[in-house]
Amino acid sequence: MAHDTTLTDAHGHDDHHHESPVVFGFWVYLMTDCIIFGTLFAVFAVLHDQFAGGPTGKELFEIGGLAAETALLLVSSITYGFGMIAAHKQEVNKVIMWLGVTFLLGAGFLGLEINEFRHLIADGAGPDRSAFLSAFFTLVSTHGLHVSFGLLWIVTLMVQLSGTTEIPERMMNKLTCLSLFWHFLDIVWICVFTFVYLASMM
Amino acid sequence: MSTEHSAAHDSASHGSVSSYVTGFILAVILTVAAFGVAFSHALSPSGTLMAITVLAVIQVLVHLHYFLHMSVSPEKRWDNQVFIFTGLFVFILIVGTIFIMVNTSTNMMSR
Amino acid sequence: MLGRLSLEALPLDVPILVGTFIGVAIVGIAVLGLITYYGKWGYLWKEWLISVDHKRLAVMYVVLALVALFRGFADAIMMRTQLALAYNGNPGYLPPHHYDQIFSAHGTIMIFFLAMAFMTGLFNLVVPLQIGARDVAFPFLNNFSFWMTAVGFILVNVSLFIGEFSQCGWLAYPPLSEAQFSPGVGVDYYLVALQIAGVGTLLTGVNFFVTIIKMRAPGMGLMKMPVFTWTALCASILIMVAFPVLTVALALLGLDRYLGMHFFTNDGGGNQMLYLSLIWSWGHPEVYILILPAFGVFSEVVPAFSRKPLFGYTAMVYATCAILVLSLVVWVHHFFTMGAGPDVNAFFGIMTMIISIPTGVKLFNWMLTIYKGRVEYHSTMYWAIGFMITFTIGGMTGVMMAIPAADFVLHNSLFLIAHFHNVIIGGVYFGYVCGMNFWFPKAFGFKLNETWGKAAFWFWCIGFYFAFTPLYVLGFEGMTRRMNHYSNPDWYPWLLVAEVGAVMILLGIVCQLTQLYVSIRDRNLPQNVDVTGDPWDARALEWSTSSPPPVYNFAIIPHVHELDAFYHNKENGIDTRSAGGPYAPVHMPKNTSAGIFCGLFSLILGFALVWHIWWAAALGLVGLIATVIARSADKDIDYYIPAEEVARIENEHSRKLMAQAAE
Repeated sequence: MAHDTTLTDAHGHDDHHHESPVVFGFWVYLMTDCIIFGTLFAVFAVLHDQFAGGPTGKELFEIGGLAAETALLLVSSITYGFGMIAAHKQEVNKVIMWLGVTFLLGAGFLGLEINEFRHLIADGAGPDRSAFLSAFFTLVSTHGLHVSFGLLWIVTLMVQLSGTTEIPERMMNKLTCLSLFWHFLDIVWICVFTFVYLASMM
Repeated sequence: MSTEHSAAHDSASHGSVSSYVTGFILAVILTVAAFGVAFSHALSPSGTLMAITVLAVIQVLVHLHYFLHMSVSPEKRWDNQVFIFTGLFVFILIVGTIFIMVNTSTNMMSR
Repeated sequence: MLGRLSLEALPLDVPILVGTFIGVAIVGIAVLGLITYYGKWGYLWKEWLISVDHKRLAVMYVVLALVALFRGFADAIMMRTQLALAYNGNPGYLPPHHYDQIFSAHGTIMIFFLAMAFMTGLFNLVVPLQIGARDVAFPFLNNFSFWMTAVGFILVNVSLFIGEFSQCGWLAYPPLSEAQFSPGVGVDYYLVALQIAGVGTLLTGVNFFVTIIKMRAPGMGLMKMPVFTWTALCASILIMVAFPVLTVALALLGLDRYLGMHFFTNDGGGNQMLYLSLIWSWGHPEVYILILPAFGVFSEVVPAFSRKPLFGYTAMVYATCAILVLSLVVWVHHFFTMGAGPDVNAFFGIMTMIISIPTGVKLFNWMLTIYKGRVEYHSTMYWAIGFMITFTIGGMTGVMMAIPAADFVLHNSLFLIAHFHNVIIGGVYFGYVCGMNFWFPKAFGFKLNETWGKAAFWFWCIGFYFAFTPLYVLGFEGMTRRMNHYSNPDWYPWLLVAEVGAVMILLGIVCQLTQLYVSIRDRNLPQNVDVTGDPWDARALEWSTSSPPPVYNFAIIPHVHELDAFYHNKENGIDTRSAGGPYAPVHMPKNTSAGIFCGLFSLILGFALVWHIWWAAALGLVGLIATVIARSADKDIDYYIPAEEVARIENEHSRKLMAQAAE
């Protein structure tokens, strides 16, 4: 979206190697996203025992689905990584292929999550049942929304890459930003399965 | 940026197949360990929480290093400072919120 | 089809609103008509609305802020007039339902759309010029942020005529703001408007942080940055840490209202205190976001008009950073009475008092800068000195309220209102107006009128004391905030005095408008034109360019060796502009209409969310995402200004400089 036209001129002289401000700017933006998740974790920590007579995490969560979701997300991380390696070698078709694989894994994760939510709501354990469930649904679906946005982004880049033969700097920046975004969501998921699922299921 | 320059940085700043695979294997081990600790019931509840917290922190560091390519090189100085400051603030926010809310609940006898 | 929206949403039964609407409509039609008559639509669109030039965006931000000032001040004087009337059985002229919307809108508008917009305007005008950059790091995002802020403000004002605004105060505390007790659209307007404006503010923070970190002129180390840039950096950091928390707090309240969740409700295990903790984790850093840039303005103005370098630059920088960190650990002082124990309250009380130390350091630095200086009593300096006195009083009453035991007496009384107006008007507003007087010639190429500027200051400053000192007394006498009518005879005379103060402030605003009018009328008089680009013999790099600066700011990026780089160069006979070249083509970003379209779709999205018009909300969201994707595919985003064009512009400025020197 943004570009670094004015920067290169300003810094051309004394910096031999510098990262694009796009990637740095996106990293800074991701840190603000990290604070959003941090706040949601704080809210979950405060409300995690407010069941209001409703079901607890121990009664609701299932290890099978959780393990499958975690596995899909972990594998998608490494497939995206392979895509980045291909991108640095300017192998456009390989990049598109790895992006496609990552998309499928991410979509699988999202499908499992939606399925889990559907079951919970059907069993009367929706987000309006108790403060605990409100906090749970909001935190987990904020992560899910980020994944959905990541999927949209992957498709956009696949379309923009298709038919080209090389990866110019601007596209490389986009791929790098998406890489940071995708791996960052993994880190959030580590905290989610640890502090939301595992800690509630003990 | 010259070509040799970027080639020299390749492994450090963008990762290689082997670094991704290493990171992935470590991540799998740590995830399985966390699930195992939580479901084996070998430790007391607070011990389990502590153990999975430690595992999560290690896994976050693994991901940061192998997947997000964080390092202590000088050109990453600002990336790292931003990250550390964010971590500090998130820590203040989470600990502060819990401290305030637990204290309030106790004093107001509301929970 | 239209959700909750129907003709009943129009407040036709409230004569004040109907009158206001007619007034706004007449002015609006007149303005639109004039633009059409003079055929300026193309100019307005191409040169302003879609501009990514930080100097243009700065002007648009300040115009937005001034409009917000009129709206917010109209609310303020209506409240003061109500309280001057509604005594001893007289209901006044504002029924509670209307009065509650007015005080909620007043706070919301003044903080988010006057102060924040004014601050962002000053950042935009000054920061890239002070660090020797050609634009910000992300010029398109800068335009996008402006439109997000503008859309938030438009939504708040739409609520005046379609539906209602929140009646829950400027922070919308639950459970009052929950759907159970506020079923109308007021709180929804509040939530949606602030979320949209919040996106803009967050991206502004990211943008300026990256700009200052990555785009400083060669040689400008962090400790050679002008203090205003330092404060902009610290404010940007605070924006980045604080605004995500606001986003979450408002989103959770929205989820309670829209999806029936239980974060802050009375039932279902919700916890209202959690909202207070979250909103003030944002709210306290927010007040430092506003005041730090004002400190930065004074740190530029006081040395310039005292003809001395700033006393204690290093101390000033460290004090700024100390305030940044401390502001993150004081938020409980806004709700000492919530019921936390003495340990929590004592910790946060002590941290609050500690903040007064770096702030005191700053005040002494400014005073010692004036000391033995050759002070020119320019109107800009009036605002600075008025600030130093007023802000000190406000700071001291703040320390009083930092004592939890005292706060139990003063909490939510008019003493609190007097305190924070004392620091926000006396600190933030005086600071930004001071900055506007100081940098106005840089933006437009001519100076503001002195006589009217001084008159505006005196009305504002004296009016402030008349309007708010009585509120301290009323606080001690037990009058609480947000009161619609009362029957205590002891309060009545003080509230009359406060009304007089509000009228004096009104005259101050009239003087400011007159100042603008007179200055624009006399802009071509020789004593008003700023030929050199350095009308005050000032110190930082922004004064080395022409006024207004060329679109690329610096034809040749200056090399910085000293603090106060421009002043250092002037003293040593070095030409900061490197006039004469050789010039290279300048690479610049192109204007783009993507930002205004994103704003338009956000407006549709926001309005539809408020009224539950789900199809339109979907339309807005899809349109917004499609615009962003289209922009990311756009390859036509930059251009080069040829070297000959750069040389032509620079040589013309050099000629003017020489002609001036010859006179």
